[in-house]
Amino acid sequence: MYSNEIIFDFDVENLTPVLKKKRQGNESINEAIARELDVILTKYKGQGDSLLEVLHQVQQLIGFIPRPVQMKIARELDVAPGEVTSVISFYAHFTEKPKGKYQIALCKGTACYVKGSADIIKRIEKEYGIKPGESTDDGLFSLEVVRCLGCCGLSPAMTVNGEAHGLLNPEKAINILEKCKNRGM
Amino acid sequence: MTEQKIKFWIDEVQVEVERGTTVLEAARRVGIYIPTLCYLEGKNKLGACRICLVEIEPTGKLAASCILPASDGLKVRTNTEKVRKTRKFNLELLLSDHEVECPTCLRNDNCELRDLAEKMGIRDIRFEGRKNSHSVDDSTPSIMRDPDKCILCRRCVSVCHDIQSVKAIVPAGRGFDTIIEPAYYNKLSDSPCVLCGQCAVVCPTGAITEREYIDEVWDAIYDENKHVVVQTAPAVRVALSEAFGQKPGTIVTGKMVAALKKIGFDKVFDTNFTADLTIMEEGTELIERIQNGGTLPLFTSCSPGWIKFIEHYYPEYLDNLSTCKSPQQMFGAIAKTYYAEMNDIPREDMVVVSIMPCTAKKFEVSRPEMNYDVDYALTTRELGRMIKQAGFDIMDLEEEEYDKLLGVSSGAADIFGSTGGVMEAALRTAYEIITGEELENLDFNQVRGITGIKEAEVTINDLKLRVAVTNTLGNARELLERIKQGTEYHFVEFMACPGGCIGGGGQPLPATAENIEKRMKAIYEIDKGKKLRKSHENPYIKKIYDEYLEKPGSHRAHELLHTEYTPRGV
Repeated sequence: MYSNEIIFDFDVENLTPVLKKKRQGNESINEAIARELDVILTKYKGQGDSLLEVLHQVQQLIGFIPRPVQMKIARELDVAPGEVTSVISFYAHFTEKPKGKYQIALCKGTACYVKGSADIIKRIEKEYGIKPGESTDDGLFSLEVVRCLGCCGLSPAMTVNGEAHGLLNPEKAINILEKCKNRGM
Repeated sequence: MTEQKIKFWIDEVQVEVERGTTVLEAARRVGIYIPTLCYLEGKNKLGACRICLVEIEPTGKLAASCILPASDGLKVRTNTEKVRKTRKFNLELLLSDHEVECPTCLRNDNCELRDLAEKMGIRDIRFEGRKNSHSVDDSTPSIMRDPDKCILCRRCVSVCHDIQSVKAIVPAGRGFDTIIEPAYYNKLSDSPCVLCGQCAVVCPTGAITEREYIDEVWDAIYDENKHVVVQTAPAVRVALSEAFGQKPGTIVTGKMVAALKKIGFDKVFDTNFTADLTIMEEGTELIERIQNGGTLPLFTSCSPGWIKFIEHYYPEYLDNLSTCKSPQQMFGAIAKTYYAEMNDIPREDMVVVSIMPCTAKKFEVSRPEMNYDVDYALTTRELGRMIKQAGFDIMDLEEEEYDKLLGVSSGAADIFGSTGGVMEAALRTAYEIITGEELENLDFNQVRGITGIKEAEVTINDLKLRVAVTNTLGNARELLERIKQGTEYHFVEFMACPGGCIGGGGQPLPATAENIEKRMKAIYEIDKGKKLRKSHENPYIKKIYDEYLEKPGSHRAHELLHTEYTPRGV
């Protein structure tokens, strides 16, 4: 009913920095994904209990876990495809769609919330047309809301690709993101 | 040292239980009532709904009793102000995200959520806020999913995963956004769900139900140009009365026939007749496969949930399946040919309705290879509702008899409704056909009972027939794995639901293990009370072969009574 082949309906070239480095010879990115995926899945074959570990590795490898990959994981680990989807949908860390080149993690922990992080989220949503958990169509930004980045003294805070920015307001946040935008893909 | 017992107190009653017993289990044993919602004995124990809360003394801490292990010296209270208020509060929260449409809900008369709301005296739902809004999944002919009525108790998930090993529905998402759905697939019809309906049996609300075809059947009955005949499966007669508040295991065969006549069916026939016919065809197939070196073991093919299961998960074993249609479909084929021809009724004017303990039968009816011989399959629950719609109580009716021709059956056909029954019926006939001698003891006790997997060896002349019987799909999977490992059988009976059809997805609620056993007892009681207990001795079976089908396995029999299967994938 479902094809075993992994086909992406978008260009994954720029979305998988980890894989880019692992490419061998002239192989296409799809071939590289398939090869690296096989390495992981061979190691955990038939081990349904290791689903979470496998998802971590695949998320790291490809940057997201699309449906065809989920089916492949289900087959190799001998679990139901629904169980894979279920776990992915539960944890915010796993995504079915590629995250953006710039991954924004905006804090909505108590301190940041009190200092107005909700307004920053609203502004980002309006400016780039994405909601928490989504990516922009051009693949540049993805937005995630997190609970406490551990730097309440700098609240409200966000990280962009792991780099922290603090004492924000909506204007400041957009300025930082616009700089990223100018750097481009 | 004697086995360590635990002594503790529930509401100042001292209770002594084995280690590992939960407070809820202990309370039930001593007759102390604790309300539950997500808990399902032996199946679901999560502590998810927080309805079964009890207060621990002296700290005043609240704990879910379904997952609270009894411990020495523990003191719990089940009826304090704090307990009652918190339970009520929790139920109100559940109700605040429940699509409350009780008067039009299919579970109107037996909703556990509604029942609890009454027991807790909820007169107002104080919380207003975001509500989940999902569309209804009506993609299959058997099951309806309405996630807005779901309270996320996960009973259906437990049954689908742990009992049936199908794993078609899972919780997706998190927190408030959680939904129980065929994740990965868009809708149920795309998923490898086998439509057994066990999820609908355990659902406490109207979130998962059978798909009703009652109105279509009423329309057919009121249409004067249609000749509407009905067939009733063996498991229906021992369960239908439960829908009218009777004790499980009450036999209402005659009253059910009377009800169907009163409703307005032109003829009331019995699926049991074609169960006898199934034995003739399947028994012949078994003997032929053994004698001619055909594919063995032979698998029974009566249970449509099982059929869809093997098509999805074990397509490599499709050749092992008997090619016999199920009794429901054999009935349809015979009704629309033999019966229609005898009575000069054009096929297009015939409407065949079946009353089944089963939701998967609705899917079976829609299989193109079944030629649409059966038009509508109603569950036992639907028949109960139809009788109520007609305005009477089944218990008030005088017993009546099935119409002749397709209404006479043996006791062997009755036991088709129970796990082990098809096997026993087949053994009775196979023994006498092979040996030509009369079987002295008709009761094959080795294959009876609710046990998940039963094995037996039956000696017929010099043949040692190795057979196995299984119920629930989890057990079916285990048995198939054993066969894969090399265990050899000649003949294996598979039924998808707990206890067989008597525990089917379309049977009255609740389907507790206790209720199922009572229905089982009733079925064997019917068999015991019949003079006719062997399929091949049914005079109308002899008649149909003489007049129409020639002999078991004949060309015409193959055309009408046999089918083929499709690998479906996961």
